[in-house]
Amino acid sequence: MPLFWLVVVLLALTALGFWFGRRRALASVQGNPRHLHSLPIYYGANVAMSIAIPALLTLVIWLLAQPLVIENRVSATIPQDLLPENTSIGLVMSDVRRLAEGLDQAVEQNVMTTAETLALDASTTDVRELLGTVGVALGSEVRPEVLSAAQSYRQLSSTGSTAMAVVCLVLALAGFGLSARHTNKEFRARNVVERGVLALLILAASLAILTTVGIVLSMLFETVNFFGLHAWTDFFFGSTWAPNFRGDSELSMLPLLWGTLYISAIALLVAVPVGLFAAIYLSEYAGPAVRSLAKPLLEILAGIPTIVYGLFALLTVGPLLLNLFGQGENGILGLNWMTGATSVLTAGVVMGIMLIPFVSSLSDDIINAVPQSLRDGSLGLGATRSETIRQVVLPAALPGIVGAILLAASRAIGETMIVVMGAGAIAKFSANPFESMTTITTRVVSQLTGDTDFASPETLVAFALGLSLFVLTLGLNVLALYIVRKYREQYD
Amino acid sequence: MTDFSPTPDQPAAAQSSLLTLSKRTIQRNAAEKRFKAYGIAAIAVGLVMLLVLVTTIVGRGTGAFQQTFITVNVELLESKLDKNGERNIEDIKRVTTFGYAPLIKTAMQNTVADLGIETSLKTKHMAGLLSKNAVAQLRAFVLENPEKIGETVEFRFLAQSRVDGYLKGRVSRDSIANDKNISAEQLDLVDALVAAGVIEKTFNLDFILGSDASDQRPEAAGMGVSMMGSLFMMLVVLALSLPIGVAASIYLEEFAPKNWITDVIEVNIANLAAVPSIVYGILGLAVFINYMHLPMSAPLVGGLVLTLMTLPTIIISTRAALKAVPPSIRDAALGVGASKMQSVFHHVLPLAAPGILTGTIIGLAQALGETAPLLLIGMVGFIASNAPETIGEGLLSPNSAMPAQIYEWAKRADPAFYERAWGGIIILLIFLVTMNTVAVILRRRFERRW
Repeated sequence: MPLFWLVVVLLALTALGFWFGRRRALASVQGNPRHLHSLPIYYGANVAMSIAIPALLTLVIWLLAQPLVIENRVSATIPQDLLPENTSIGLVMSDVRRLAEGLDQAVEQNVMTTAETLALDASTTDVRELLGTVGVALGSEVRPEVLSAAQSYRQLSSTGSTAMAVVCLVLALAGFGLSARHTNKEFRARNVVERGVLALLILAASLAILTTVGIVLSMLFETVNFFGLHAWTDFFFGSTWAPNFRGDSELSMLPLLWGTLYISAIALLVAVPVGLFAAIYLSEYAGPAVRSLAKPLLEILAGIPTIVYGLFALLTVGPLLLNLFGQGENGILGLNWMTGATSVLTAGVVMGIMLIPFVSSLSDDIINAVPQSLRDGSLGLGATRSETIRQVVLPAALPGIVGAILLAASRAIGETMIVVMGAGAIAKFSANPFESMTTITTRVVSQLTGDTDFASPETLVAFALGLSLFVLTLGLNVLALYIVRKYREQYD
Repeated sequence: MTDFSPTPDQPAAAQSSLLTLSKRTIQRNAAEKRFKAYGIAAIAVGLVMLLVLVTTIVGRGTGAFQQTFITVNVELLESKLDKNGERNIEDIKRVTTFGYAPLIKTAMQNTVADLGIETSLKTKHMAGLLSKNAVAQLRAFVLENPEKIGETVEFRFLAQSRVDGYLKGRVSRDSIANDKNISAEQLDLVDALVAAGVIEKTFNLDFILGSDASDQRPEAAGMGVSMMGSLFMMLVVLALSLPIGVAASIYLEEFAPKNWITDVIEVNIANLAAVPSIVYGILGLAVFINYMHLPMSAPLVGGLVLTLMTLPTIIISTRAALKAVPPSIRDAALGVGASKMQSVFHHVLPLAAPGILTGTIIGLAQALGETAPLLLIGMVGFIASNAPETIGEGLLSPNSAMPAQIYEWAKRADPAFYERAWGGIIILLIFLVTMNTVAVILRRRFERRW
């Protein structure tokens, strides 16, 4: 693994640089550190940083950029008119990559030499069978142009890797030389090192922005591709969700959005009253003993992974509801409203349980922030405690509570595992809570698991759905923050 | 109060005494009681739900830690396993699992005959009580100990999942009416063998340490390999999110000037914490797998995705920890001549370390239980059957993770897998509870109040 060794060599050089810089600085003052501008370790750190930072940064950027560059160069060599019908350049490129990987494997396992792989000819050798012997299964026969593309892919990759190693090592050595030359007693090593560290800190902080940009760009890019293959009017305004992997699917977001909102609404119907009343009781009525016991216990519900709730919905709540509301004469209530264990109600109720602590602890904080003087004033006028809460405390805390509910709604809309396991897979507009329905997140999971083909609208639609989900939850969060900030009463 | 004048037409009925409550007071007091009762009811609902959840998990999951085993003596016939009699390992390897099946059939038949149990079953159906895993287990034993060929060795084989379910009460004589895998006669034989002590239910370490098994062999499935997958992901998350998160927090809390760029970063981090986890999965699929061509299903990719997801949590808790260190510490450090950077790294950071550690552990616990993004990067399905041997292999070879493994089991048709899913949840929750307890203890032990 040459990359591994490259990193090891760079790290070894860094350690050597540290030792060398420190020693050289001390040597320049005949071993008396009091004559140095900075502490000796800063001279070492300066050399070490000059070696490591430029080289490692280049390494990372190179690793990120190399696939893109090679992909572009290689795909340009494949003649457009040689593409078989109904395939895109993306599909051919994935064949090329697979073939190139297979050849690499063959060389690694000593089945062929590097020279032999370059001399391969698709018309005389059965490449597919050859690679089968090293454990690489190819989907179809290898066509000559794919083979030649794979050859140039491998060649470019190996040239790229060699160039990367050379550039990184040269940078590291140059950093070593330059910084070692600077190292003498007059050099302000601490200031330089601290500036370097600050730059690293800024880099780490901007990673958050990079992540957001990554999320938006990755989804936007594929969404644009999707709208190139599928009419955007159908996606936003159509009425049917019927993916069909032979093509000609109807992919409309609206039935999914309806399912998502319906399930979220049921979840909030469970979570908001329970959570709000729990918060009111804990902050206004409960004594310290009850509070210190009940609050952490409720918060355990928030720490349980969603897969547990999903399993609970699938194996416990679903069958229970089916027994209550379904199965006709055999059921407990003798009703026949439900036909399967997965339903809007199942997912909604379980999601509501999950959101109880979310609503209660946020509202608890907000109710506690209402100043005591307001309560004292109201109680002094003769109101009972419940009247004080309803007429004074809650109105004062209302913006915060609305914010909390919006945050809970955003959680409900983005929740995945509970709906994947509890809600079912049928996309439709229906107001019956006993029917199974599907949501945006479940469809994203089902369109993107298994073999994905990034050239078909059925796969790409997941990115459009993901982007819609992102925008929806982001909008709710921003709205929640805005309401809290705008309508917050200032009591200080 | 000069212009105060009592309403002239005040009704006489409004006169009340402190001893007899007026109708309105009674109403108001009743409303007060009701309101309080709603509060108690709400808390009770929450706690009951917690109780139901915990009892369901424990009640349905503990069964997975026990498994039914059948003890039989197998004669390792030389004529079947090593025809040349040279004990050449290549020759022995040539015998596939099909070659071992007759040995097991004979062994079962002999066991039943030795115990004097009357049964009308054919040998094929007697051997059917054993797991499909038994032949593989036998073959692995012979390949490891070729010198034992020709001897009779005692084996403890897994019983097939229906037998296991029968002993655990999951399978009854009524429920198997349409079951191809087992018949009522076979259950009679099971009853007789249980009475003879050949079939017994014992603790099953393989569930904790073993690997996932295919659809046909729920009795052999275990969590061990997916635990390794989770472990490697957590290593990646820890190695990346802790340094990056701490560095970002230090910058934002200690150095960042108050300007719009800082504002943008802060709003960004707050929003990233609320982005649905599945969106991170989409990001991982698009960037790490589709663009960078990192291997599908690899714990490295899972770790990278979870790192991005955990970063906001760690940044938020680290900033809180840094904020809790009083400014006097910084002032004192600056006063004796430390630079800003030195005051932060030598004084503030060590004092904030317990808080940072606590936040990191909680962030890791969150990442450990996350499932949705892992589904998108392919860490689900019957993936790994062997534990990785080196760190590089552990990071790059396909593997599953604990929550994804639980999801995979929950999806399968055989109800025997459900028990394992609940059992898997017990293991997952034990990890989470331990991590959170450690975090709480750390906070209690090292927290300083200024």
